[in-house]
Amino acid sequence: MDASIPEKTLGSFYAHIDGNKRKSLLLVVLFVAGVGALGWLIGEVWMGQGIGFLGIFGVVAVIWSLAAYFAGDRMVLAVSGARQIRKADDPELWNVIEELCLAGGLPMPRVYVIEDTAPNAFATGRDPEHGVVAITSGLRQKLDRDELAGVMAHELSHIRFYDIRLQTLIGVLVGLTALVSDMFLRSMWWGGGRRRSSSRSSGSGGGAGAVLLVVAILAAIVAPLFARLLQLSISRKREYLADAGAVQLTRYPDGLARALEKISGDREVLEVANRATQHLYIVNPIKSFEKRAKGLFSTHPPVEERIGRLRSM
Amino acid sequence: MEIIILLVVLGGLILFVVGTYNSLVTLRNRVKNAWSQIDVQLKRRYDLIPNLVETVKDYMEYEQETLQRVIEARNSAIEAQGPAEQGQAEDALSGALRQLFALVENYPDLKANENVLSLQEELTSTENKISFARQHYNDMVMTFNTRIQQFPANIVAGMFDFPEQEFFEIEGGEREVPKVDLR
Repeated sequence: MDASIPEKTLGSFYAHIDGNKRKSLLLVVLFVAGVGALGWLIGEVWMGQGIGFLGIFGVVAVIWSLAAYFAGDRMVLAVSGARQIRKADDPELWNVIEELCLAGGLPMPRVYVIEDTAPNAFATGRDPEHGVVAITSGLRQKLDRDELAGVMAHELSHIRFYDIRLQTLIGVLVGLTALVSDMFLRSMWWGGGRRRSSSRSSGSGGGAGAVLLVVAILAAIVAPLFARLLQLSISRKREYLADAGAVQLTRYPDGLARALEKISGDREVLEVANRATQHLYIVNPIKSFEKRAKGLFSTHPPVEERIGRLRSM
Repeated sequence: MEIIILLVVLGGLILFVVGTYNSLVTLRNRVKNAWSQIDVQLKRRYDLIPNLVETVKDYMEYEQETLQRVIEARNSAIEAQGPAEQGQAEDALSGALRQLFALVENYPDLKANENVLSLQEELTSTENKISFARQHYNDMVMTFNTRIQQFPANIVAGMFDFPEQEFFEIEGGEREVPKVDLR
């Protein structure tokens, strides 16, 4: 290894990667525990009423997530109007990606180009063997080789850290939470009175039962919002992780930093992006969201923060 | 009753040893694979160079010396024995190539030539790939060495034959294959 690079530089992206993975794991554990607790609470109060419906919705959710898991990448690409390319179409882009795959011991992903002048890129694919990266023609023209490498390394890191898989799972949890809470609240609204009197006779003791009911209702109201916030927090953490992963591959933080500067400087709107796909892009393509980036409601951390961290690596 | 506990503990230990042994084998094979990748990329470079020289030869009549030097450096690199000699020969080759590319800048016809441009890109990429292949090799060595040094895998590593792997280092001269960017 080159002795002229100070220890700090050599070590710090590892620190970012390890720290980030730990925090992500913690958040996911909290999430699952939270959903479990909500489920238990609602189950307690519901006393078996409507569990059949819950089962059906559960099956639907599993099938839905499996579909997303296996065909998700194709759906995303179709929605985004992307065109697959081969090496001959763009040797430089292909070579850059090939170099990074060599650095990371990864198989070559499928490569797509989106005809749009707005600068952006995304990655999808449940694991490296099914990896997909896409870049807009606008971004492709703007970047030099090092910046392109930084962006591609970031996207490849999303794939090799299994972020897509993680976010699919989280998406299902969030959906389930919203679904269950919604069903529960509706059933309380429409038939709560009758249910309560019949459940009281099956022994849930007057006062305690009422308190539990109130807690459950409050939880059901708050839970979907809380789940969404947790999801966004995890999303932001994984963006930082992908940045650190990019440095691990290129060993050149400046490339990605410059690319982010170039991308964020461009005010143009990416037409094919929408709320469903915004979290996949390297920089939030919906400009109004980007402005609110400091808040809890953003899928991406603020660009200045990301550039700052990169330059300190 | 104690027999059952003993058997469970023993079973657990055996599983641990087997599991650790297998993962050490996997990590070591990644190191070997990474090493052979470096050779793959080096060979790519050796193969590309005659092509490049052929393409530019006719345009660059007055630069025969430089072209000669590139061919000679390439042949030395192929014949080099052992990592030290190889390292030096490859550095010399990189140097000769950079000189050649610098000269190409003076020939506008050549600079615009599609074949030359695509060959330049290929050679640039190959230089980068050699560099990344070495980086990846070192990363795999680090992962493996860390694993066999840490507890409890170090016990298993000690029981079987898992010596530490060596990092790739270039002796003397330059410390890295330069990343060539000709834009």
